[in-house]
Amino acid sequence: MSSRSTQQIHVVQLYPRDMNIYGDYGNALVLQRRIAWYGYEPVMHSYDPGDEFPAHADILIGGGGQDSGQDRIQQDLLSIGERLHSLAEAGTPMLMICGLYQLFGHYFETRQGRRIQGIGLLDVTTYGTDTRLIGNVVAESDQFGQIIGYENHSGQTYLGDDAQPLARVVTGEGNNEQDPHEGARHRNVLGSYLHGSLLPKNPAVADFLIAAAVQQKFGDSLGDLQAPDTAPVSLTELTEKARRSAASRPR
Amino acid sequence: MALRVPRSASIAVGKAARTLTRLRGGSGSAFPGLVVERIDPSFLARTLAQLPKGVVVVSGTNGKTTTTKMVVELLRGQGLKVLTNRSGSNFTRGVVASLLGEISLTGRLEADIAVLELDEAHAVHFVRAVRPRHSLLLNVMRDQLDRFGEIDTTAGMLRSIAQTTTEGVVLNREDSRVAGIAESLSGQQVRYFGLVPELRRHFPSDDELHSAITPDAGSAGGETPPRSGPAQPTTTPEGDGVPDGEEPVEPPGTGIISADSAGLPEADVLLTGLGTQRGSFRIGEQEVTTDLKVNGAYNTYNAAAALALVRMVLGEELDHQALLRTLAQVSPAFGRGESLTVAGAPVDLVLVKNPAGFRLGLSSFSADGVATMIAINDNYADGRDMSWLWDVSFDSLAAEGVAMVSGVRAYDMALRLSYDQVSIQAVEPDLKTALEAFLAAQPGQPKRIFCTYTAMLALRKHLAAYTDVEAFA
Repeated sequence: MSSRSTQQIHVVQLYPRDMNIYGDYGNALVLQRRIAWYGYEPVMHSYDPGDEFPAHADILIGGGGQDSGQDRIQQDLLSIGERLHSLAEAGTPMLMICGLYQLFGHYFETRQGRRIQGIGLLDVTTYGTDTRLIGNVVAESDQFGQIIGYENHSGQTYLGDDAQPLARVVTGEGNNEQDPHEGARHRNVLGSYLHGSLLPKNPAVADFLIAAAVQQKFGDSLGDLQAPDTAPVSLTELTEKARRSAASRPR
Repeated sequence: MALRVPRSASIAVGKAARTLTRLRGGSGSAFPGLVVERIDPSFLARTLAQLPKGVVVVSGTNGKTTTTKMVVELLRGQGLKVLTNRSGSNFTRGVVASLLGEISLTGRLEADIAVLELDEAHAVHFVRAVRPRHSLLLNVMRDQLDRFGEIDTTAGMLRSIAQTTTEGVVLNREDSRVAGIAESLSGQQVRYFGLVPELRRHFPSDDELHSAITPDAGSAGGETPPRSGPAQPTTTPEGDGVPDGEEPVEPPGTGIISADSAGLPEADVLLTGLGTQRGSFRIGEQEVTTDLKVNGAYNTYNAAAALALVRMVLGEELDHQALLRTLAQVSPAFGRGESLTVAGAPVDLVLVKNPAGFRLGLSSFSADGVATMIAINDNYADGRDMSWLWDVSFDSLAAEGVAMVSGVRAYDMALRLSYDQVSIQAVEPDLKTALEAFLAAQPGQPKRIFCTYTAMLALRKHLAAYTDVEAFA
């Protein structure tokens, strides 16, 4: 354990300035804390348009934004697309929510038929609609169990042959109104529509990202989580109760 | 073919519904309005058209209720009879309900002017029926995105309110989405209220939110020190969560806070200084420093907004001395820094409904020596999405901890605090049980309860068992 405390895990937040309006900062905070509670040293980086891309990137995360935010980061995203592809193919874990999930796909086609090019890292395509899908979501994943979150999007996303769905929707809509899929996966890259923030109430997903990073970087498997006792019950119990109350709420 | 109902009939029906609701113990607010709206939809327009000084609409994400209350009191201080929807029932139905209380059965409205607080989306609906003579647009912040979708959508709603206004619009110069509305206007008089650059750091916008809450980005994590120091041991708004030198990075076109005043239009009323229950303003050409009953940076800035609006509405008729006398006496609105006394100790209720409001609530009131309770509900009026809690930093509560976490989403809030390493003494979702335990555990200690809208309604009801709580009606 003591030797690990000098082992750094670099977390890169993509475009937090423009793509962070729906509370997705919670994902960064949860990774930062849990990495430390697993005995590693988290190093947090922000990457905004025009910045130099961090030399170390062990986990990448990105959030949702408004249409105007998406427009502002799109060119820059295309310019780092190749780098992101090679990181993904090397097994780097990533979590992209909502707007960045869409732009990690091939394209977003607006209602007017204009195509906003994505980086095609996930085999998905998104179409703008007049319906906004808003509300609580409960989905089932073989790997992560029940995934709980909140969706708020008008783009609807469809998976190609090379993408696996992240989960099957039980309550809510997820990717689109047609099929039961929520999110997408390619290697260790996860895309999802779920805010909430996603990671606080879905620590299985957070730990998957951290485990993949420490495995890849140090060949370690994750030890025990050493969260401080700051509440009358453990973090695990608080999380379980938060999950239960969220899952019981109306859409 | 719609059935034409005589006006006196709809008034009588509405008044009866209002009395019935009151007798049943309800707030008497939305239901009677609903009854009249259903049977006589043009009631509102016909009735309000009688007012000699017309209708004023106040809208925006944060501060509507306090600002509206200030505008009303400032106008009353000028001797005007003012009609308002003061119950905080800021939907069209609430407006109809308020009118019913002020109108004679023959349809005569005993007032000079109506000042109405309207939710952005409902304001759009309202101004289609009744064109306001003046409007005051405060800000656009992230709030209820589960209802409106996007901030830019909300800004569009405010724009249509301004475009429908017949005479004059007052805009927040510091909110670029609101200030930008001026470009879409022709014909209306436009004035601004604003801040001197030194005060802008007290008002972090959603756009620069991220740059403000992650100064530790890039540094070693783990046992990082709190992102901002614990609140200062004063009640001045100096202890906010934005460290010095953290000037927001402005994304092109959307930054709410600009770095300097260059290029900004002249403000008719400028907030130039903040103190404990004091504010300094530049009103037109005149510098004024005055005591205030309202507290906190945001309420003081709302006063600047209210002053600018009243100056526009009254023009030459304004009695400046009376204006300043009233300003010093205006008290905070329901739930906006409201203070009760329970067993000899103060209990402050602070309404929180979006990240900017929660951040301002935390930074405006020091946590030193205060027992804190947080109550989070997720009913429709609160907003169902809990994501917003993750856009608020709770570091200012780390030193004292939180005594009680309650509400339907108590465990979401507890989880949020845990990831900020803020200690929690108790979690109890049931509001009544939680309130009783909270009041009993710290007798004599000053207390503060941060709560969402429906949690506040429930808590006020329970608090009435301990103390006099002004009826919310």
